[in-house]
Amino acid sequence: MTRFPLRPFCAALVLTLALAGCSSTGGRRAEQARERAGAAGGAVDTPRWRVAMVTHAGAGDAFWDIVRKGAEQAAAKDNITLLYSNDAQTQNQVQLVQAAIDQRVDGLLVTLAKGDALGPVLAKAKAAGIPVITINSGQEFSARFGALTHIGQDETVAGQAAGATLDARGRKSVLCVIHEQGNVGQEQRCDGARSKFGGQFQTLYVDGVNMPDAKAAVSAKLQADPALDTVLTLSAPVAATGLQAIQDARRPVELDTFDLGTQVVAGLQAGTVGFAVDQQPYLQGYQGVDLLWLYRYNLDVLGGGKPVLTGPQVLTKDDAAALAQYVARGTR
Amino acid sequence: MSAPAPAPVDVLAAERPPAFRRLLKRPEIGALIAAVAVFLVFSAVADSFLRTSSFGTVLYAASTIGIMAVPVSLLMIAGEFDLSAGVLVTTAALISSMVSYQLTAVTWVGVLVSLLVVLAVSAFNGWMLSRTRLPSFIVTLGTFLMLTGANLGVTKLVTGTVTTKPISDMEGFAACRWLFASEVTVGGLTVKATVWWWLALLLAGSWVLLRTSFGNWIFAVGGDAAAARAVGVPVARTRTVLYLGVGFCAWVLGQHLLFSFDTVQSGEGVGNELIYIVAAVIGGCLITGGYGSVAGSALGALIFGMTSKGIVYAEWNPDWFKFFLGAMLLLAALLNAWVRRRVERGTGR
Repeated sequence: MTRFPLRPFCAALVLTLALAGCSSTGGRRAEQARERAGAAGGAVDTPRWRVAMVTHAGAGDAFWDIVRKGAEQAAAKDNITLLYSNDAQTQNQVQLVQAAIDQRVDGLLVTLAKGDALGPVLAKAKAAGIPVITINSGQEFSARFGALTHIGQDETVAGQAAGATLDARGRKSVLCVIHEQGNVGQEQRCDGARSKFGGQFQTLYVDGVNMPDAKAAVSAKLQADPALDTVLTLSAPVAATGLQAIQDARRPVELDTFDLGTQVVAGLQAGTVGFAVDQQPYLQGYQGVDLLWLYRYNLDVLGGGKPVLTGPQVLTKDDAAALAQYVARGTR
Repeated sequence: MSAPAPAPVDVLAAERPPAFRRLLKRPEIGALIAAVAVFLVFSAVADSFLRTSSFGTVLYAASTIGIMAVPVSLLMIAGEFDLSAGVLVTTAALISSMVSYQLTAVTWVGVLVSLLVVLAVSAFNGWMLSRTRLPSFIVTLGTFLMLTGANLGVTKLVTGTVTTKPISDMEGFAACRWLFASEVTVGGLTVKATVWWWLALLLAGSWVLLRTSFGNWIFAVGGDAAAARAVGVPVARTRTVLYLGVGFCAWVLGQHLLFSFDTVQSGEGVGNELIYIVAAVIGGCLITGGYGSVAGSALGALIFGMTSKGIVYAEWNPDWFKFFLGAMLLLAALLNAWVRRRVERGTGR
């Protein structure tokens, strides 16, 4: 009696199943292949420099993840080690900048949402001979603190762009949703929009890290004020929450927002989102690192003493289709 | 105060075991070992951790926690919490800045008004606690939320924005900055004013706890409030004074924030109250009261400062920052508990 060749059979079965189970398109493997392709090309011959990037971001923030991706892409291209750190509290962000100075980094990328508080520690960076570039908000402080240049968006100008667009779209009564109590940039956006908008304009504070609560707050406001016809949110996650609140209200309220996200782009395409004001976060991180590299390599400075603006860009339904793929991969 | 009474720690050690054993019996010994362990870990993995300039940064980070951990640990030994401690710091800074700016007064006026208001808030905490007999957790949770709202509401009402106006060009600013936010550099080591404040508060707190009858009252109130009342300890007054201590230290730290950063963000401080409590617990304070030390809270703050900055110096991925921090703290607390158990078992022999 011949024994059934159990072991080879099982091996063959497993192999067949494994091969049949592979997808030839997309997935993690395609992502890894892209990364390898990206890593292989275009290396520079400068030594391995270290750049610290210290932001005021909270943990796990979608917007700052895009900024960081841009910085990492530029760092990989420029043979730079990127040391990223973040803390939403002023004194902790200042301590992180001090820690970067202690580490004797070759360049420093800092956000200035806390304005004056960062002046003294950036003066120390300058004294230690570390070139500083500031990104995102706070352009009015940048030159005064001795930064080479500032890359970002003037939040008041962005707000004004939103206000003018709201006017052009014939909106009558707008609710501006602030999701971080005490964030200067968010106040500037709402104030800027108010200044260029002719109709009714109100502000609502919600808790941006507690989405059910934020949704309930917007819903309650929509119920309380039947004249409201537009909700203006200041970030992509809050925009998605705002869309849900509008859905519950069962009346034609338009949602407009700052910043992009997959749901915002889907909303633009579907017509539930009127427009999005984008500031290209990827570009802020990428340019910041790249300009530090250019400064060290060639003493190049961009902007001629003026901030380099990455926004505002007002995006509508017409732009949505082209942008969708970049938003999906997390770089727009 | 009457003649210095012996500290309860000594009362426990009635048999007078050998000096080494007595050292091991101190509440902060676990924290000391944990602090040395954390120091060794980061010395090994982070090149820039051992530089003198890095010591200054770590010491500064520890001091901004340690200043508040002193009164919070005293309060915890008396068996109470103060959840409003974190935002009270911001309140102190905001009041000082806005009073000086709006009245165009020398900055000392704002500093003094701020002290009075903060002490009033703390007295309110203590008074509510003794009058209502509600748990301090609930009472101070209420003041915490009220202060968070008032910080933003009043700031917007007064300045029109969410931050205060810069006051660095006002009279008295330089002197206030010297007192609260100056720094001395000795051989590359930058020591901030908060470090001196921290040391002074540590010495004062330790002395009160271990060498005065008020210190004995603190232990008595935390151990068993009813029994303490029965033997004549003024329980309500003891608690209120401890809350006033929290207020005073919040005032010190708040003035530091104002005079080193010039402007104050109204939304800050939320969540720090837990860090102060963590520092006190790692330092050997029992969460139920009746046991602990002030020196231990300093070690807790130091562990926190070393960990939070050490992760940066070690260039670990910041996405995991909170995870590392939590793991380090848990390990420190476990080590602490283990050492204490070993010591307690050891004395039984």
